[in-house]
Amino acid sequence: MTLLIGVPKETFAGEKRVATVPEVVAKLIKLGFSVAVESGAGAAANFSDDDYRAAGAEVSPGSAELLGRADIVFKVRPPTLDEVGMLREGATLIGFVWPAQHPELMAALQARKTTVLAIDCLPRQLSRAQKMDALSSMAGISGYRAVVEAANAFGRFFNGQITAAGKIPPAKVFIAGAGVAGLAAIGTAANLGAVVRANDTRAEVADQVVSLGGEFVKVDYDEEGSGGGGYAKVMSEGFQAAQRQMYAREAKDADIVITTALIPGKPAPKLITAEMVQSMKPGSVIVDLAAEQGGNCELTVPGEAVVRHGVTIIGYTDLVSRLARQSSTLYSNNLLRLTEDLCKAKDGNIAVNFEDDAIRGLTVIKQGELTWPAPPPKLPAASAKPKASSAPITAPKGHGHGAGAPMPVKSLAIVFGVGALLFLLVGLYAPASFLTHFTVFVLACFVGYMVVWNVTPSLHTPLMSVTNAISSIIAIGALVQIAPPLAEGASDRPGGLIGVLAFVAITLTAVNMFGGFAVTRRMLAMFRK
Amino acid sequence: MTSSLATVSYIGATILFILSLGGLAHPETARRGNLFGIAGMSIAVLATVFGPQVGMGGIPWIVIALVIGAAVGLYAAKKVQMTQMPELVALMHSLVGLAACLVGFASYVDTSLVFPTAAEKTIHEVEIYVGILIGAVTFSGSLVAFAKLSGKIGGKPLLLPARHWLNLAGLILVILLGRWFLNTHSIWAGMALLLVMTLIALAFGVHMVMAIDGADMPVVISMLNSYSGWAAAATGFMLGNDLLIVVGALVGSSGAILSYIMCRAMNRNFVSVIAGGFGSGSGAPAATADGSEPAGEVTSISAVDTADLLRDAKNIVIVPGYGMAVAQAQHVVCEIVNVLRGQGVAVRFAIHPVAGRMPGHMNVLLAEAKVPYDIVLEMDEINADFPETDVAIVIGANDIVNPAAQEDPGSPIAGMPVLEVWKARTSIVMKRSMASGYAGVDNPLFYKENNRMLFGDARKMLDEVLGALSA
Repeated sequence: MTLLIGVPKETFAGEKRVATVPEVVAKLIKLGFSVAVESGAGAAANFSDDDYRAAGAEVSPGSAELLGRADIVFKVRPPTLDEVGMLREGATLIGFVWPAQHPELMAALQARKTTVLAIDCLPRQLSRAQKMDALSSMAGISGYRAVVEAANAFGRFFNGQITAAGKIPPAKVFIAGAGVAGLAAIGTAANLGAVVRANDTRAEVADQVVSLGGEFVKVDYDEEGSGGGGYAKVMSEGFQAAQRQMYAREAKDADIVITTALIPGKPAPKLITAEMVQSMKPGSVIVDLAAEQGGNCELTVPGEAVVRHGVTIIGYTDLVSRLARQSSTLYSNNLLRLTEDLCKAKDGNIAVNFEDDAIRGLTVIKQGELTWPAPPPKLPAASAKPKASSAPITAPKGHGHGAGAPMPVKSLAIVFGVGALLFLLVGLYAPASFLTHFTVFVLACFVGYMVVWNVTPSLHTPLMSVTNAISSIIAIGALVQIAPPLAEGASDRPGGLIGVLAFVAITLTAVNMFGGFAVTRRMLAMFRK
Repeated sequence: MTSSLATVSYIGATILFILSLGGLAHPETARRGNLFGIAGMSIAVLATVFGPQVGMGGIPWIVIALVIGAAVGLYAAKKVQMTQMPELVALMHSLVGLAACLVGFASYVDTSLVFPTAAEKTIHEVEIYVGILIGAVTFSGSLVAFAKLSGKIGGKPLLLPARHWLNLAGLILVILLGRWFLNTHSIWAGMALLLVMTLIALAFGVHMVMAIDGADMPVVISMLNSYSGWAAAATGFMLGNDLLIVVGALVGSSGAILSYIMCRAMNRNFVSVIAGGFGSGSGAPAATADGSEPAGEVTSISAVDTADLLRDAKNIVIVPGYGMAVAQAQHVVCEIVNVLRGQGVAVRFAIHPVAGRMPGHMNVLLAEAKVPYDIVLEMDEINADFPETDVAIVIGANDIVNPAAQEDPGSPIAGMPVLEVWKARTSIVMKRSMASGYAGVDNPLFYKENNRMLFGDARKMLDEVLGALSA
């Protein structure tokens, strides 16, 4: 039996997103599910019923009918109590739920014996869970949209220009909070050409800010603000004072301020006071992404754009819906990844496996039983604290003549000393005929050293086979032994034995001689541009 | 041909050999270099055969011997698989070693040589003794290396108890025998001593290579390459022939440099390698220093998703290891590279010095698969480029991409230079399973957030990737 996934139209006022887009419908069907979509569900995000039909979904006329028979319901916003009433008993609901804010909704879902996977409860610190992190994908979109809204309200260019009529300075953008939304805003604003500065209580994000083209502004106070799970925590009083000063300075200087500071489960921190707004240049813009949680700016009116002291303060809470097609696509991809993990067998059935940390975290109700909040995942945050001892080891560098650094004087002296001693011994005891050969030998070693360091490493194998071939020069030794023209009176030479030994030696070296050169030739022929 | 003419020919041959090695500095000139080598060898052999030291009676034997050897050699060169190159090279080293032994014995029993002074006779005998010694060690060591490389015997190191003492005892015995040998005047007594010493040397060669781990083969091969050169040089001293001395020294230093490079790439001590029986001090699968298991999760990826990643990338680096050669995947890799390059993706290869079973082995395997050599880069050339790389694919390699070498001072491979694939935006590691590499060290790369694992047989997986790319 395969399960039916139902996608109702979102009923929340102003919500334009849809939980599943046609592209994902096709992939869900491949996983073995059947999909039914409420008529008009995707209309606000520019997906027509025909698009869904073409992807293989069935289009259902009304939400009551759809919710009544769907085994799994994909939603964006938390369902209303009416919608919960329409759900089939024992159905599975996947979407944003925010269990902490909606106790009565949780009770209703429990009463319906449903299984609820709250995408907002995902343990985000698991790297495996990133593919289903809908909060991140939505935050990224709101960060982008925040810059677009700011540009819309701002009366000037973002990028600096030099026109025939004179120079235009670039807009200065200050971004408070470098989470996912903040980083997306930094990247977008920097791409438009603005000068971007950003701050976050977590010092480790400084690199990310810089990599996106922003400048990281530090608070002059020593305190680390990582609160675990990638979120920030509430800071001490002394820090907050230093932070307020910094914000006052930055706000006064900036043309555009985008605030994204949120602490989970708490009202948004008031970073921008009324005086700071007053100090800003007329025509400046503040976009407050924390508006829904009360706003980072004291003067924010959630859901509206207002002008105070000549500064436009945008407190829209539907930024994500203003980019409905994009956010629906990303959101439904997140749900698809989650469904893949729920349906490992690709047979159109789901298994809520509590061994899986990600799924355990998501599941807030299992068959009517409250399973929220989930125990923290077993894994400690992998990158929580870099070990103090792990200073990078610098590998010996350099290629070519020996090591990169010159030899220390001491070992150089030892080498020279030993060398001198050896030469002294040779000079004292060896006869002249040996010395000529010895000279040749030493010089040849040096020539070999110089020549071989120049060989490119990619040709080391041919080098070995060619040196192999030329070491068959030893054949010369056997050749002169096999049948030398003998002097008179040397008749007791065991010519037979020597002849056999030499013959075998010549045969062996000939294998090397011909084989070595031939195989080198074969290899080198393969090297081509 | 007069003696002077022969000597001049030898000088010519010497120059040609040096040019031959010099030619290998670049793939463009390498083919010419090989021809120089052939020319030098021909001149040297012809000058000897028609020179003053070979009588007419020997020529038929010489021709027969050359023809037999040439037939065998050419056949082997034609038939050998590129993956078997290390075996072939090891086998050829053993031939050089054996030939050096035979020439040494023949020279010792040759009574036609007359020496003006006693000192010269002694020096000659020392040269014979040393020549046979090196030749025998090269011979037996290379045979064992061949057997290990071809899998005829296992790659596990054989560690005898007190093996360093055994080696030392052998060395002392060889020196004592040598003293005795120099003081004997009867040829046959000397011969017996030589034979005993040869047996000890053979045993030493076997013992030395048996004690070396299969993963250290690149060092062993280049070390034996060096030994075969020194054997030739010793033979040259014995016969008073400068050509042999020069060539022996060239080959010997070449092998020594290669082993030095290999040692540095594996972060091992050169001296302990030359002494033999190295690399086993840390042989026991050393537990990670402070017991810190790499924390985190392994993320796997499918072949289709890999193809998507590759298609969207602008800059790709492929890191091949011996696993690629084992799976015979280099041709598929080349096809994938061709498809990607056709779509304007910049694809390059990064070669670690010890990837493969002998120095430069990977380059030959890639060249065989028709990968252009100008996109195949060395570690030092490409390591700085990883931060700008979109996707780094590791095929059948492990230790050479292990970040623990840089990050964990307690790791057994700490300080070993590695390819920094983890700095790429995404890295994909193709592996059969989560087993660790030769060094027995767990690899934190697999647990990095930007790493994906593509499990399965490299060949099969790459075929699927290629299929998805072409679709």
